[in-house]
Amino acid sequence: MAALEVTGATVEVGGTAILDDADLRLNRGEVTIVIGPNGAGKSTLLAVAAGERRAQAGEVKIDGVALGDLSVAELAKRRAVMPQDTTVAFPFTVREVVAMGRTVWNDRPGAADAVAMEALETIGLAAFADRAITTLSGGETQLVAFARVIAQITPVGDSSVVLLDEPTAAMDVAHAEATLRTARLLASQGAAVGIVLHDLDAAAAYADRLVLMHQGCVRRTGTVGDVCVEALLSEVYGSPIEVYDHAGAIRVAPRRRFEPA
Amino acid sequence: MITGVVLGVALVASLLVSVSIGQFHAAPNEVLGSLWNGLMHGVDPGRSQVDGVLWSVRFPRAALAALIGAALAVAGAVMQGVFANPLAEPSIIGVNAGASVGAAIVFVFGFSQTASWSLPLAAFIGAVGTAFAVWGLSRVGGTASVLTLILAGIAVNAVAVAATSFLIFMGDRSSREQVVFWQLGSLAGARWADVGLTAAVFACGFVACLAIRRRIDVLALGDAAASSTGVAVERLRFGALVLVSVLTAAAVAFAGVIAFVGLIVPHALRLTVGPSHRHLVPLSALGGAVLLSVADIAARTVVPFADLPIGIFTAVVGGPLFLVMLRRTLSGYRLGR
Repeated sequence: MAALEVTGATVEVGGTAILDDADLRLNRGEVTIVIGPNGAGKSTLLAVAAGERRAQAGEVKIDGVALGDLSVAELAKRRAVMPQDTTVAFPFTVREVVAMGRTVWNDRPGAADAVAMEALETIGLAAFADRAITTLSGGETQLVAFARVIAQITPVGDSSVVLLDEPTAAMDVAHAEATLRTARLLASQGAAVGIVLHDLDAAAAYADRLVLMHQGCVRRTGTVGDVCVEALLSEVYGSPIEVYDHAGAIRVAPRRRFEPA
Repeated sequence: MITGVVLGVALVASLLVSVSIGQFHAAPNEVLGSLWNGLMHGVDPGRSQVDGVLWSVRFPRAALAALIGAALAVAGAVMQGVFANPLAEPSIIGVNAGASVGAAIVFVFGFSQTASWSLPLAAFIGAVGTAFAVWGLSRVGGTASVLTLILAGIAVNAVAVAATSFLIFMGDRSSREQVVFWQLGSLAGARWADVGLTAAVFACGFVACLAIRRRIDVLALGDAAASSTGVAVERLRFGALVLVSVLTAAAVAFAGVIAFVGLIVPHALRLTVGPSHRHLVPLSALGGAVLLSVADIAARTVVPFADLPIGIFTAVVGGPLFLVMLRRTLSGYRLGR
């Protein structure tokens, strides 16, 4: 059984279906990456999976239990979500923000801080623990949000579900790679990980399974080899995309041919 | 911790000064003696002139000032947390404007002459009723977002202010004066019964605010993130707004509108102890009590033989202070982005 399963999700806003009969399966121990052009419905699908957004049709099950049968708190113990918008309203310290991920666990005093520090060490941001979150850059703020997500699902195990919505959007290459490596690490500890990502090459490198979305529908689901097909990607994105083999790894990049001036 | 001790000492000192000074001067040792006698042997205002002045006028007034300041500041701290905005104030959800409508009705129709409880009761009902109206009107598709709350608040505030203006227009000269002065805030004529009732409401509201303060922190992440972290956002926001409106309503019921306390105190404390409501809520109670005690001292002493409206002082001190803090806050935020 999938750790998290969305079936037939449909979301309409003002008569337009922004999500149309979409399915998503997140398996334990696997990283599933959702790709697709802007407005394809990737974030909406993730929000439906997270229980943040209710679909007009379709159902969401976590470990076979319908999302609606779980309380906000029960759900928070099983799945953590990293939103696109990671800004924090007040200048809390980085440690405090990460410790907010522990809210639902009712830790003993000090225990939440310990888990928070552990999560910060995992992503290499322990030195920032006492900085005010409002003084960090966009990419650093995203890293802190990722640490908060890790803190929330600690201890990571078979029942953990992690959903990340464009986690690396504002990050430099080093931070982005570290984040995706950590996502793989969480999967290796048993978690089912779902990520929305724009970087096709990174998606091909880090995913066990890819979900390609287009105009609110799931266009293709499968292994990296199944989905990373030049003709398919070029059509869906409306722009030429190359898929090639580099030292045994599938690489994906936009085709760039510049005419000499 | 240090801030708490400093505020505690400041509160005791300001209360002591507050009950000592005035047209009838009582030395601090006389005050303490009278307090000791009253607590040990029962209150007898007839025992001496000192006892009479202190127990029937100054003690209840000082106690009411501290309680109201604490209630307003705690309400402000919770309000800012709930809106995830350091500039939020209880008046956004219409409590002050609603209380004014209630008070204006009582003054203009002369109910206060028939029943002394009618004024605080009407102000309280007006305040809480308006807050619920704002909440109800702000719900779009089953949920109330911060934006719709603010917009509904603006609309309801405008209607309530218009209603008060109309009542003032309808009233005779003396009732007009009463409404205007009530809106400036005053602690004159505080009675023990007022103190007791305010204390009871404040105690309940304060304990409830302490209970939810950790979860209020999480709202800083934004509604969606707070919800996925395990906080029932909608329920928390509703509960917090009930507490804010009840605390503010209790404060304005006996003393009229006192501006800026709910804005200044949590904001100043946030700069010293950080934004966590774990510290902010209890310290705001102390800070608000100190601020209003000091403001009341000023109200009674700045102009000899006159009891100025206390709202003037909180606004005179609060306005510029708020601007200074606003500039500091904004420059701090900009540095980071």
